[in-house]
Order: sequence, then C-alpha cells, then structure tokens
Amino acid sequence: MKKDKKFVIGLVITSLVLLMTLIGIIKTPYDPCAMDGSMKFAHISFKHLFGCDQFGRDIFSRVLVGVRETMFISACVVFIGVFFGTILGTVTGYFGGWLDEILMRLNDAVLAFPSVLLALVVIGLYGSGRYQLIAALGIAFIPSFARIVRGEVLKIRNLDYIQAVRLYGASHFRIIVVHILPNLKTVLLSSIIIGFNNAVLAEAGMSYLGMGVSPPAPSLGRMLSEAQAYIFSNPLNAIFPGIVIVIMILGFSLLGDTLGKRNDA
Amino acid sequence: MKYAIKKTATMIITLFFVSVLVFFSFSLIPGNPAVSRLGTEATPEKVAALTHEMGLDRPVMVRFGEWFINVLRGDFGQSYSYRQSVTSLLSDKIKITLMLSVMAIVICAAISVPLGIFMARKSDSKLDIFFSSVNQVIMAIPSFFSGIILTLIFGVILKLFTPGAFVSYKTSFWGCLGYLFFPALSIALPKISMVSKLLKDTVIAESQKEYVRTAYSRGNRTKAVFYRHVLGNALIPVITFMGMTFADIIAGSIIVEQVFSVPGLGRILLTSISGRDYPVIEAIILLLAFFVVMSNLIVDLLYHKFDPRIHV
Repeated sequence: MKKDKKFVIGLVITSLVLLMTLIGIIKTPYDPCAMDGSMKFAHISFKHLFGCDQFGRDIFSRVLVGVRETMFISACVVFIGVFFGTILGTVTGYFGGWLDEILMRLNDAVLAFPSVLLALVVIGLYGSGRYQLIAALGIAFIPSFARIVRGEVLKIRNLDYIQAVRLYGASHFRIIVVHILPNLKTVLLSSIIIGFNNAVLAEAGMSYLGMGVSPPAPSLGRMLSEAQAYIFSNPLNAIFPGIVIVIMILGFSLLGDTLGKRNDA
Repeated sequence: MKYAIKKTATMIITLFFVSVLVFFSFSLIPGNPAVSRLGTEATPEKVAALTHEMGLDRPVMVRFGEWFINVLRGDFGQSYSYRQSVTSLLSDKIKITLMLSVMAIVICAAISVPLGIFMARKSDSKLDIFFSSVNQVIMAIPSFFSGIILTLIFGVILKLFTPGAFVSYKTSFWGCLGYLFFPALSIALPKISMVSKLLKDTVIAESQKEYVRTAYSRGNRTKAVFYRHVLGNALIPVITFMGMTFADIIAGSIIVEQVFSVPGLGRILLTSISGRDYPVIEAIILLLAFFVVMSNLIVDLLYHKFDPRIHV
C-alpha cells in the first residue's frame, strides 16, 4: 500500500517534469535570453510567474528551457552509459576469462571515483561545453551499468534453458541477442531511472560549477550560481531553479526505489 | 595480516595505474604548454627556449619516469600560472579540504546513528512515516542547493556567520572550524538521510533473526540485547556504506567549497581547469585518487576485522 503510494507520487512528479520539458521544447512565455532593462529583479506576478533576474530575463521561461536542457543532457548521458555498459557487461559476463578479469578491475577502479570528479578530469582535458559535458558524464556512467548487467548475465548464463539452447547449436551471438538481452529489461528499467536521478544531479552540479552549457543559454545549475551573488537582496531567484532541481531528482528517485523493490519481490 | 598485505598491494597497483593514466592523458592533449604559459608574449624563439627549459623536447617515457620519481618524493613540478611549486601551492588547501570532509563524516555519523536507531524503534508509527518522507526529500536536495539555503537562513537571516568571509586555520583554528560547520553540514545532509535509513532497515532486519529471539528467551533485558547484539551487527553495513561515501563526500566538498567560497582543493581545481594549469590539475587528481583509494582500503580492512568471514 505504502509502496504504491510512493510509486504514484513519483509517477505524478515525473510526469510534471516531462510536461515542463515538453513546454520548454514547444514554447516558453518569453524568450529565455531576452533582456529587459525595465524588468530587472521584477517581483513575482502573473506576467512573470517566477519574477525576473538581474538582466530582466523571465525566470520561469529560463527554468523551462533549463529543464529541457538538463533532460536532454541526462538522456544522452544515460543512453551512453546504458549502451556501452550493456555491451561491456554482456561480453565480460558471458565470456568471462582474462578479458573479464582485466575489464572488471578497470571498471572497479573507475567506479571508485565519483562521477563529478571524473567528468571534471575529462573537461580539464577537452574544455567545457554541452557536448564535452555529455561525453564526460557518459563515460563516467558506463561502469555502473556494466557492473549491473554483468551480474545479471552471470546469473542467466548458467540457467537450464541457456544450456538447452546451446545444445541445439545456437551461436554465442544468437544466445546473447535472442535469449539473454530481453531478460535484462526489468533490471535495466530501474537502473535507467536511477541513472536519470544521478545524471540530473551531476549535470546540475557541473553547470553550477560553470562546466556545462555556455552562457547565455540557461541551465538550472548556472542560474543557481548566478543568483547566489544576489542572495541578500533577491533570494527567490535562487530558490526557484533549486526547487525545480529537487523536484526532478525526487521524482526519479521515488520511481527508481519502488521499481527496484517491485522486481526484488 | 596476509589479507592486509594483499589489499595494500592492490592499492599500490591501482595508484600506479591512475598515475600512468593521468600523465599520459595530459601529455596527449594537443597544444604545447610552453605556448600557453607564455601567452601573448609567445615568439618562436621564446617558445623553443621554454620548451627546452621545461624538458618538453625529450622522449615521453623519460619525462614520465622523471615525473613519477618526483611525485613519489612529493614534488609535482611547477604551476604554470602561479610562479610557485605545486606542492607549496596545494599544501594549505589539502588541509582545508580534508578538514571539511572529515567534519562532514563526523557530523553524518553523529546525527545519523542515533536517528537511525530512533527510527527503527518507532517503526510503523506516524512519526516513522513523517521521518521517512522528510528523508526522501532531503536525499533529493543537491549539496549546492542546501548550501545556498543554509547560507540564506543562517548567514543572511540569522546572521550566525558571514558568507564568503573564510577564516584561515592559521589565524583561528576554532574560527575556521566554525566557518566550515555549515559547508560540512550541507555535504552531510543527504548522507545523513541515506545512512539513517540504511541503519533503520538493517536494525529491523537484524532484530527479526533467530539469535535475537534466543537472547530474549534466555531472559536478557531488551536494552542489553539491542546494544550488544543487534546494533553491533547492524552497524557493519553502515560502516562500509560510510566508507564508500567518503569518495562522494570529497567530490561533494569540491562543489560546496564553491558555494561557501572555501579556498580548498576544489576551488583551485576549478581555476586550474579554466586556466589550463596542467601540473596543478594532475597533482589534484592524484591526491584525490589517493584519498579515495586509501579510504576504500581502510573500509575493507575494518570490514574484515569486524567480520573475518568476509574477503572483499
């Protein structure tokens, strides 16, 4: 009962986030980069739901576009992580041997580092920007997916039906694609949602540090760090983007938690 | 003992691989550091002279060997943008970041262990639902946002500290600790909710085991059973988890240092990344890798000590 409640709340919040993303894609009330000198630090009103920032830009529009940006980057990051993580995890888990030993040692070494640190290293090497950030975080996300998939493949590999298919003379490729990969989808679903949770957190953190999308394009993290300079006079400018980040993470974590537990049961 | 030696050897090998990776990835990036160091004054002659002076015209393996031996001695070379050795540049900042991280761990342990026990005892009451919901929300607040909220409440409204006015530990040790309290708290907050939730779950799972029932049936008092048997076993996974979060806490401190303008490793890492000061970046990555691997080692050894059956 309680678990279902959590699931429903998570679903509602995530739908809200997806709706905001959709609005950000289609149309925002104002141009998120349009400056209006007369509206500097305008207060909350029906015209400007979240008020305006130090350049008189509409914060509500900027938040919507920021959500879109965060969702786009997180989707790319999770995709890179799942795609390469699944390949790596399936190959090492299915074949085993020395390749598995070496790759998994390497995997553990990378996994020991927090993703934000790894991403900072990659950005230190190749500079900052939207695509560098996607590449940086994507690489950092591969090991965790690889480990989850490998564990699952190890379990499935020795089941009777796989042995039976092997006796029929099916090739390794066919066994992997037809008989193993479809069984990963439940595990992957909950880890993808948890991956989104982590990706949103990492993206917001990186753009807070100024290592994300370059200005004037809006991003939630950068809005926070810019608003911090005016925290004495206009604290609300920092509160709105922050709360939106919290809502995004909360939605994904509620969904991820409940889905994970459903699979265990 | 054998276990400890094996683990330490693995740690040294990992660190060696990290240093190889760090050195070669920074040598492979296009662009001559001599050019960036000279900036606008770069003429072909000056670049050639500085390239020679920095030893960049020698084979990469020779440079790696020399760099590696120097690193073992604690010498990370010269910073490009600050005319100072990296070691002297970083020595203060390491202490500040470590102080911040250790404080965050201490705050986390001090709050989450009693809270977790309390939540386990009150499980399935209204209070439990309340705490669980609050926990869920706090877990979703990134440390940089909770840092801003703490600044707003305790710095701007209650005026308990002055945001941005960092007190060095050289002028006043307690003043420095006082300033670091709120940054450490904002790093610790999401960890507190994770650890207390974990402890609550493990305590509940542990108290349903048969040996606990046996202990009760022998006529032990509730408290004695709880503290001697249940808590001891329930704390093992919690300690591992706290050790694993140490890496996260160090990463968190990099971001939170930015929120509270604490002049630690994180701030200088960010300025070095934007200024392309490679020796400083290399040194910081190696140092952070060292802390992370060390904390993993300590956790493994502690884990083994608590439960000798375990070989991680």
